[in-house]
Amino acid sequence: MSGKHVEANQPDKFEFNNESLKKIETILKKYPTERKKSAVMPLLDLAQRQHDNWIPLAAIKKIGEILEVPYIKVYEVATFYTMYNLAPTGKYFVQVCTTSPCAIRGSDKIVKLCKKYISEKESHLSKDGKSSWLEVECLGACVSAPMMQINDDFYEDLDDQSAIKIFEGIKNDTLPKPGSQTGRKGFEPNKRLTLVKN
Amino acid sequence: MLQDKDRIFTNLYGDYGFDLSSAKQRGDWKDTKSLIEKGKDWIINEVKVSELRGRGGAGFPTGMKWSFAPKKDANSSRPHYLVINADESEPGTCKDRDILRFEPQKLIEGCLIAAFAVSANVCYVYIRGEYIAESKILQKAIDEAYANGLIGKNASGTGFDFNMFIHMGAGAYICGEETALLESIEGNKGQPRLKPPFPALVGLYGCPTIVNNVETIAVVPTILRRSGKWFAGFGRPRNTGTKIFCISGNVNNPCNVEEEMGVPLKDLIEKHAGGVIGGWDNLQAVIPGGSSMPILSKIICDTIKMDFDALVEAKSGLGTAGIVVIDKSQDIVKVIARIARFYKHESCGQCTPCREGAGWLWRMLERIQKGEAEITELDMLMDVTKQIEGHTICAFGEGASWPVQGLLRHFRTEIEERLNFKNKKIA
Repeated sequence: MSGKHVEANQPDKFEFNNESLKKIETILKKYPTERKKSAVMPLLDLAQRQHDNWIPLAAIKKIGEILEVPYIKVYEVATFYTMYNLAPTGKYFVQVCTTSPCAIRGSDKIVKLCKKYISEKESHLSKDGKSSWLEVECLGACVSAPMMQINDDFYEDLDDQSAIKIFEGIKNDTLPKPGSQTGRKGFEPNKRLTLVKN
Repeated sequence: MLQDKDRIFTNLYGDYGFDLSSAKQRGDWKDTKSLIEKGKDWIINEVKVSELRGRGGAGFPTGMKWSFAPKKDANSSRPHYLVINADESEPGTCKDRDILRFEPQKLIEGCLIAAFAVSANVCYVYIRGEYIAESKILQKAIDEAYANGLIGKNASGTGFDFNMFIHMGAGAYICGEETALLESIEGNKGQPRLKPPFPALVGLYGCPTIVNNVETIAVVPTILRRSGKWFAGFGRPRNTGTKIFCISGNVNNPCNVEEEMGVPLKDLIEKHAGGVIGGWDNLQAVIPGGSSMPILSKIICDTIKMDFDALVEAKSGLGTAGIVVIDKSQDIVKVIARIARFYKHESCGQCTPCREGAGWLWRMLERIQKGEAEITELDMLMDVTKQIEGHTICAFGEGASWPVQGLLRHFRTEIEERLNFKNKKIA
């Protein structure tokens, strides 16, 4: 898997807050009691959500303690999976799919706009510190290509115009509604032959 | 064309709610208890009669897979597990996403029935990390099913206890490989295991485990209600049933559509997806089953029927039925080079031929695309694919090699012309 940028400036401590601690209780109930290690991934996700979308090393240590798993085993998981950020991403983390189905439909244009509106380089914070962007592999929305993910949300069926609206929205904290930007509900064709509503 | 009355996924386009009462109106959970009371053998046999083959890419017969689950020994403390593979990451594929967000009760009901058939009281659904909205919908649907006694203790009044949990992935294509997926649930890096032993005997936490794709499980309740024979009535022997096809790329109306197995590729593109941009003659090639499956040249696309065996005959495969249409405006080498970059990025790094070879394929294709390569490198490129293929723990090696082999099979002349031209220019 890909190499990962780990933030140099690390906080000394990380503690899960009360809300997260409650969630941890629920998560642990999913797995057999002697298989606590299974909770490594959900706990990494929880730490990331609690800590401005990136996981400090102190959180990795904390998760190891909670689950009684060696630090390095948690670190190994955190570096293997691409969705765990080990460095700050900004409030808006933009991931542009550029795998072939999106590339065929013009994802390079979206990448150009990222460079213009966010930062020239991938994984670098924008000047206002609010956002960063990254090229990613297939996000599983090929039928609504090109598309991008901003934090938890998919923005699909993009073209220059709708993408610019989104990037402007990032600046002004007024993101449009997620999903298809041409108003599709799902992956229905624009002209339906099947399941035509009465 | 498949008629609406024969569609399994009647809410494929999200016209109606995903909530339990809407799902029940569409026929989900109707007499589930009586289906289960017919017994494991009846269920497995009916699935065998349907000739349902796995919808995740490999196409393994589902009924046979279920029959591999060992009989549960009353004295044994070893639980059995059912694991649903919702790690939909194959480029070109986005069908399971629609089941998760629009038809979650079909999946949950299918899970209960499948779990009963293989004696598993616990099911984990492994959803790719990016499908956050979809996982929230499925969790809501699971909660609703619990609250209505459909799953949980004495599920649907059958006396069978069944629990269902979601486990989120975190952005690793390889976790779609079933043993990598199990490693991931156990809290490890997603690196595939050596097989045998197969998961049916030694799977999650070392216990017997059946792993099935979302679509495979979601069609089971309808098969049992309408009969295996009904399902087998679509398509041809060994290639039966209906199937969700995803049509993306250079088409006028990209879409998902449920069609009969064996539907002509041209019908899917021309009728459902509004045709190739610029017309059928502007078609250059098609990836028929997700990025791992070798491309088909236009002449094959003119007549090919979309099922497992027909595509194998055409030296490709149905895979996940993710169809990527490539028109003549595209540089075909660039398209495949981008796929090679995908595999280079996603290799888990465990086996040397794949870890190193996937990078070789990508770098060579980049050179070829720019016309910087020597013609002799084309044979070298083919050789690298052959060194990877069959020499790795899992099928990722094939997935990385086949698209490149497909490119060389159908477009070698064009590539040679490109390299000749460039080489001459330099000389």
